[in-house]
Amino acid sequence: MTADPVADSVAESAAGFVIGRRSPAAAYSDRFAAASAGGAIRLAEIPFLTHLNVRADPASPAAERIGTALGVPLPVEPGVVTEGGGLSVLWLGPDEWLVVGPDGAARELRERIRGAAAGEHVSVVDVSAQRTTLVVAGERARDVLAHGCALDLHPREFGPGRCAQTLLARTGVVLVAKEDGFWVLVRSSFAAYAAEWLLDAVVEYTAVECRG
Amino acid sequence: MLLIACPWCGPRDEAEFHYGGQAHVAHPDDPAALSDEEWARYLFFRDNPKGLFAERWSHAAGCRRWFNAVRDTATNEIHAVYRVGEPRPVNS
Ligand SMILES: [Zn+2]
Repeated sequence: MTADPVADSVAESAAGFVIGRRSPAAAYSDRFAAASAGGAIRLAEIPFLTHLNVRADPASPAAERIGTALGVPLPVEPGVVTEGGGLSVLWLGPDEWLVVGPDGAARELRERIRGAAAGEHVSVVDVSAQRTTLVVAGERARDVLAHGCALDLHPREFGPGRCAQTLLARTGVVLVAKEDGFWVLVRSSFAAYAAEWLLDAVVEYTAVECRG
Repeated sequence: MLLIACPWCGPRDEAEFHYGGQAHVAHPDDPAALSDEEWARYLFFRDNPKGLFAERWSHAAGCRRWFNAVRDTATNEIHAVYRVGEPRPVNS
Protein backbone atom coordinates (compact mmCIF):
# COMPACT_ATOMS: atom_id res chain seq x y z
CA MET A 1 0.00 0.00 0.00
CA THR A 2 1.44 3.37 -1.03
CA ALA A 3 1.44 6.32 1.33
CA ASP A 4 -0.95 9.17 0.65
CA PRO A 5 1.20 12.32 0.82
CA VAL A 6 -1.78 14.57 1.53
CA ALA A 7 -2.94 12.43 4.41
CA ASP A 8 0.64 12.22 5.68
CA SER A 9 0.98 16.00 5.78
CA VAL A 10 -2.35 16.32 7.54
CA ALA A 11 -1.25 13.79 10.12
CA GLU A 12 1.97 15.69 10.61
CA SER A 13 0.06 18.91 11.22
CA ALA A 14 -2.14 17.23 13.74
CA ALA A 15 1.01 16.12 15.51
CA GLY A 16 2.15 19.73 15.90
CA PHE A 17 3.92 20.39 12.58
CA VAL A 18 4.45 24.13 12.21
CA ILE A 19 3.77 25.51 8.76
CA GLY A 20 6.62 27.82 7.71
CA ARG A 21 6.17 31.43 6.60
CA ARG A 22 7.19 32.46 3.13
CA SER A 23 7.74 36.13 2.30
CA PRO A 24 6.26 37.47 -0.96
CA ALA A 25 9.64 37.98 -2.67
CA ALA A 26 11.42 34.99 -1.13
CA ALA A 27 11.81 33.34 -4.54
CA TYR A 28 13.95 36.30 -5.71
CA SER A 29 16.67 36.23 -3.05
CA ASP A 30 19.22 34.54 -5.33
CA ARG A 31 18.58 36.85 -8.27
CA PHE A 32 18.63 39.89 -5.97
CA ALA A 33 22.01 38.73 -4.63
CA ALA A 34 23.36 38.20 -8.17
CA ALA A 35 22.19 41.65 -9.28
CA SER A 36 23.84 43.18 -6.21
CA ALA A 37 27.23 41.53 -6.83
CA GLY A 38 28.63 44.41 -8.91
CA GLY A 39 28.19 46.95 -6.12
CA ALA A 40 26.47 49.72 -8.09
CA ILE A 41 23.09 48.41 -6.99
CA ARG A 42 21.86 46.45 -4.04
CA LEU A 43 18.50 44.68 -4.20
CA ALA A 44 17.09 42.74 -1.27
CA GLU A 45 13.90 41.99 0.57
CA ILE A 46 13.39 42.73 4.24
CA PRO A 47 10.68 40.17 4.98
CA PHE A 48 8.00 40.22 7.64
CA LEU A 49 8.37 43.75 9.00
CA THR A 50 5.51 44.82 11.21
CA HIS A 51 3.22 47.37 9.55
CA LEU A 52 0.49 49.06 11.57
CA ASN A 53 -1.91 51.49 9.95
CA VAL A 54 -2.86 54.22 12.42
CA ARG A 55 -5.57 56.81 11.90
CA ALA A 56 -6.21 59.66 14.30
CA ASP A 57 -6.91 63.37 14.32
CA PRO A 58 -3.38 64.84 14.12
CA ALA A 59 -4.40 67.72 16.40
CA SER A 60 -5.88 65.48 19.09
CA PRO A 61 -4.29 64.74 22.46
CA ALA A 62 -4.46 61.06 21.48
CA ALA A 63 -2.13 61.65 18.51
CA GLU A 64 0.38 63.29 20.82
CA ARG A 65 0.08 60.50 23.38
CA ILE A 66 0.60 57.88 20.64
CA GLY A 67 3.79 59.66 19.61
CA THR A 68 4.98 59.67 23.19
CA ALA A 69 4.11 55.99 23.64
CA LEU A 70 6.00 55.06 20.47
CA GLY A 71 8.92 57.29 21.34
CA VAL A 72 8.51 58.77 17.85
CA PRO A 73 6.13 61.64 17.07
CA LEU A 74 3.50 61.12 14.38
CA PRO A 75 4.73 63.35 11.54
CA VAL A 76 2.21 66.03 10.56
CA GLU A 77 4.06 67.35 7.51
CA PRO A 78 3.20 65.52 4.28
CA GLY A 79 5.77 62.99 3.09
CA VAL A 80 7.83 62.98 6.28
CA VAL A 81 9.16 59.96 8.19
CA THR A 82 10.05 60.05 11.88
CA GLU A 83 12.39 57.38 13.20
CA GLY A 84 13.64 56.10 16.52
CA GLY A 85 13.94 53.02 18.68
CA GLY A 86 13.78 50.68 15.70
CA LEU A 87 10.50 52.20 14.50
CA SER A 88 9.72 54.30 11.44
CA VAL A 89 6.49 56.28 11.29
CA LEU A 90 5.50 57.18 7.74
CA TRP A 91 3.07 59.97 6.86
CA LEU A 92 0.45 58.43 4.58
CA GLY A 93 -2.17 61.16 4.81
CA PRO A 94 -3.24 64.08 7.00
CA ASP A 95 -4.78 61.66 9.52
CA GLU A 96 -3.06 58.41 8.57
CA TRP A 97 0.31 56.86 9.34
CA LEU A 98 2.16 53.61 8.82
CA VAL A 99 4.17 52.45 11.82
CA VAL A 100 6.94 50.12 10.63
CA GLY A 101 8.68 47.97 13.20
CA PRO A 102 10.59 44.72 13.51
CA ASP A 103 9.13 41.30 12.80
CA GLY A 104 6.92 40.08 15.62
CA ALA A 105 6.26 43.48 17.18
CA ALA A 106 2.68 43.89 15.98
CA ARG A 107 0.83 42.80 19.09
CA GLU A 108 2.93 44.78 21.53
CA LEU A 109 2.89 47.93 19.35
CA ARG A 110 -0.84 47.69 18.82
CA GLU A 111 -1.46 47.45 22.56
CA ARG A 112 0.86 50.39 23.19
CA ILE A 113 -1.00 52.55 20.65
CA ARG A 114 -4.40 51.44 21.93
CA GLY A 115 -3.37 52.25 25.47
CA ALA A 116 -2.23 55.70 24.39
CA ALA A 117 -5.47 56.28 22.51
CA ALA A 118 -7.32 55.74 25.79
CA GLY A 119 -10.75 55.49 24.24
CA GLU A 120 -10.39 58.41 21.84
CA HIS A 121 -11.38 57.99 18.20
CA VAL A 122 -8.31 56.17 16.88
CA SER A 123 -7.96 53.22 14.53
CA VAL A 124 -5.04 50.76 14.65
CA VAL A 125 -4.92 47.93 12.12
CA ASP A 126 -2.19 45.34 11.67
CA VAL A 127 -1.49 45.41 7.93
CA SER A 128 1.85 43.58 8.09
CA ALA A 129 0.79 41.02 5.52
CA GLN A 130 -0.38 43.66 3.07
CA ARG A 131 3.06 44.70 1.85
CA THR A 132 6.61 43.49 1.84
CA THR A 133 9.69 45.69 1.89
CA LEU A 134 12.14 45.71 -0.99
CA VAL A 135 15.47 47.50 -0.65
CA VAL A 136 16.88 49.42 -3.60
CA ALA A 137 20.27 50.79 -2.60
CA GLY A 138 23.66 51.57 -4.07
CA GLU A 139 24.93 54.55 -6.04
CA ARG A 140 22.57 53.93 -8.96
CA ALA A 141 19.45 53.37 -6.84
CA ARG A 142 17.89 56.69 -7.88
CA ASP A 143 18.53 55.97 -11.56
CA VAL A 144 16.88 52.56 -11.26
CA LEU A 145 13.77 53.93 -9.57
CA ALA A 146 13.58 56.80 -12.06
CA HIS A 147 12.95 54.22 -14.78
CA GLY A 148 9.45 53.82 -13.44
CA CYS A 149 8.72 56.61 -10.98
CA ALA A 150 7.72 60.15 -11.88
CA LEU A 151 8.75 61.68 -8.55
CA ASP A 152 11.77 63.94 -8.33
CA LEU A 153 14.10 61.66 -6.39
CA HIS A 154 16.97 64.14 -6.11
CA PRO A 155 18.24 64.24 -2.50
CA ARG A 156 17.27 67.92 -2.36
CA GLU A 157 13.62 66.91 -2.86
CA PHE A 158 13.52 63.35 -1.60
CA GLY A 159 16.39 62.80 0.80
CA PRO A 160 16.51 60.57 3.86
CA GLY A 161 13.47 61.04 6.05
CA ARG A 162 11.05 61.47 3.16
CA CYS A 163 8.34 59.06 2.05
CA ALA A 164 5.67 59.05 -0.64
CA GLN A 165 2.83 56.90 -1.78
CA THR A 166 3.20 56.87 -5.52
CA LEU A 167 3.43 54.66 -8.59
CA LEU A 168 6.49 52.62 -9.49
CA ALA A 169 6.13 50.92 -12.86
CA ARG A 170 2.38 51.62 -12.54
CA THR A 171 2.24 49.75 -9.24
CA GLY A 172 1.17 51.48 -6.05
CA VAL A 173 4.09 51.64 -3.62
CA VAL A 174 5.19 53.46 -0.54
CA LEU A 175 8.64 54.80 -1.28
CA VAL A 176 10.87 55.62 1.70
CA ALA A 177 14.24 57.35 1.45
CA LYS A 178 16.60 55.89 4.05
CA GLU A 179 20.15 56.93 4.88
CA ASP A 180 21.52 53.98 2.91
CA GLY A 181 19.04 53.60 0.08
CA PHE A 182 15.33 53.25 -0.54
CA TRP A 183 12.62 51.06 0.81
CA VAL A 184 9.91 50.10 -1.67
CA LEU A 185 6.86 48.90 0.22
CA VAL A 186 4.86 46.93 -2.31
CA ARG A 187 1.69 44.94 -1.91
CA SER A 188 2.32 41.22 -1.48
CA SER A 189 0.40 40.27 -4.61
CA PHE A 190 2.49 42.75 -6.65
CA ALA A 191 5.83 41.78 -5.09
CA ALA A 192 6.79 39.31 -7.82
CA TYR A 193 5.95 41.85 -10.52
CA ALA A 194 7.91 44.58 -8.74
CA ALA A 195 10.86 42.22 -8.27
CA GLU A 196 10.86 41.25 -11.94
CA TRP A 197 10.60 44.89 -12.97
CA LEU A 198 13.48 45.93 -10.69
CA LEU A 199 15.68 43.08 -11.92
CA ASP A 200 15.04 44.24 -15.47
CA ALA A 201 15.62 47.91 -14.64
CA VAL A 202 19.01 47.22 -13.02
CA VAL A 203 20.43 45.29 -15.95
CA GLU A 204 22.21 48.28 -17.46
CA TYR A 205 24.00 48.93 -14.15
CA THR A 206 24.89 45.33 -13.38
CA ALA A 207 25.53 43.55 -16.68
CA VAL A 208 28.99 44.96 -17.50
CA GLU A 209 30.88 41.76 -16.70
CA CYS A 210 28.55 39.73 -18.94
CA ARG A 211 29.29 41.67 -22.14
CA GLY A 212 32.44 39.97 -23.29
CA MET B 1 -0.11 64.13 -19.03
CA LEU B 2 -1.29 66.69 -16.52
CA LEU B 3 0.77 67.63 -13.52
CA ILE B 4 -1.72 68.04 -10.69
CA ALA B 5 -0.73 69.59 -7.36
CA CYS B 6 -2.31 67.59 -4.57
CA PRO B 7 -2.95 70.05 -1.71
CA TRP B 8 -1.21 67.57 0.60
CA CYS B 9 1.51 65.89 -1.50
CA GLY B 10 2.41 68.52 -4.07
CA PRO B 11 2.70 68.05 -7.84
CA ARG B 12 2.09 64.51 -9.08
CA ASP B 13 1.37 62.75 -12.36
CA GLU B 14 -2.21 62.74 -13.54
CA ALA B 15 -2.04 58.91 -13.49
CA GLU B 16 -2.07 59.02 -9.68
CA PHE B 17 -5.47 60.73 -9.60
CA HIS B 18 -9.08 59.78 -9.97
CA TYR B 19 -11.57 62.26 -11.38
CA GLY B 20 -14.70 63.02 -9.38
CA GLY B 21 -16.76 65.43 -11.48
CA GLN B 22 -18.17 68.80 -10.60
CA ALA B 23 -17.39 70.16 -7.13
CA HIS B 24 -19.69 71.94 -4.72
CA VAL B 25 -22.82 69.99 -5.66
CA ALA B 26 -24.75 70.18 -2.40
CA HIS B 27 -26.71 67.17 -1.25
CA PRO B 28 -30.39 68.12 -0.88
CA ASP B 29 -31.43 68.80 2.70
CA ASP B 30 -34.55 66.69 2.40
CA PRO B 31 -34.29 64.27 -0.54
CA ALA B 32 -37.72 62.79 0.20
CA ALA B 33 -39.34 66.16 -0.46
CA LEU B 34 -37.98 66.36 -4.02
CA SER B 35 -39.89 65.48 -7.15
CA ASP B 36 -38.41 62.82 -9.40
CA GLU B 37 -37.27 65.54 -11.77
CA GLU B 38 -35.55 67.52 -9.01
CA TRP B 39 -33.85 64.36 -7.73
CA ALA B 40 -32.71 63.45 -11.25
CA ARG B 41 -31.32 66.96 -11.66
CA TYR B 42 -29.32 66.55 -8.46
CA LEU B 43 -28.03 63.13 -9.47
CA PHE B 44 -27.29 63.53 -13.15
CA PHE B 45 -27.21 67.16 -14.30
CA ARG B 46 -23.86 68.90 -14.23
CA ASP B 47 -22.41 72.07 -15.65
CA ASN B 48 -20.33 71.66 -18.79
CA PRO B 49 -18.53 74.97 -19.21
CA LYS B 50 -15.86 75.89 -21.69
CA GLY B 51 -13.41 77.55 -19.33
CA LEU B 52 -12.97 77.48 -15.57
CA PHE B 53 -14.60 74.53 -13.84
CA ALA B 54 -14.40 73.59 -10.14
CA GLU B 55 -14.14 69.82 -9.91
CA ARG B 56 -13.28 67.07 -7.48
CA TRP B 57 -10.17 64.92 -7.70
CA SER B 58 -8.91 62.11 -5.52
CA HIS B 59 -5.21 61.43 -5.07
CA ALA B 60 -5.97 57.74 -5.48
CA ALA B 61 -2.40 56.43 -5.74
CA GLY B 62 -1.03 58.84 -3.15
CA CYS B 63 -2.54 60.15 0.06
CA ARG B 64 -6.01 58.99 -1.08
CA ARG B 65 -7.62 62.33 -0.17
CA TRP B 66 -10.33 64.07 -2.12
CA PHE B 67 -9.74 67.71 -2.94
CA ASN B 68 -11.01 70.37 -5.32
CA ALA B 69 -9.33 71.89 -8.35
CA VAL B 70 -10.29 74.69 -10.69
CA ARG B 71 -9.35 73.61 -14.21
CA ASP B 72 -9.78 75.41 -17.49
CA THR B 73 -11.59 72.85 -19.59
CA ALA B 74 -10.32 74.45 -22.80
CA THR B 75 -6.62 74.54 -21.92
CA ASN B 76 -6.35 71.99 -19.07
CA GLU B 77 -4.52 74.61 -17.06
CA ILE B 78 -5.18 74.13 -13.36
CA HIS B 79 -5.73 77.50 -11.74
CA ALA B 80 -6.18 76.45 -8.12
CA VAL B 81 -6.27 73.43 -5.85
CA TYR B 82 -7.84 73.52 -2.39
CA ARG B 83 -8.78 71.10 0.34
CA VAL B 84 -12.26 69.83 1.02
CA GLY B 85 -14.10 72.29 3.23
CA GLU B 86 -12.11 75.26 1.97
CA PRO B 87 -13.95 77.82 -0.19
CA ARG B 88 -13.22 78.17 -3.87
CA PRO B 89 -10.47 80.79 -4.27
CA VAL B 90 -12.01 84.03 -5.50
CA ASN B 91 -9.75 84.66 -8.46
CA SER B 92 -10.16 81.26 -10.05
ZN1 LIG C 1 -1.93 63.57 -2.06
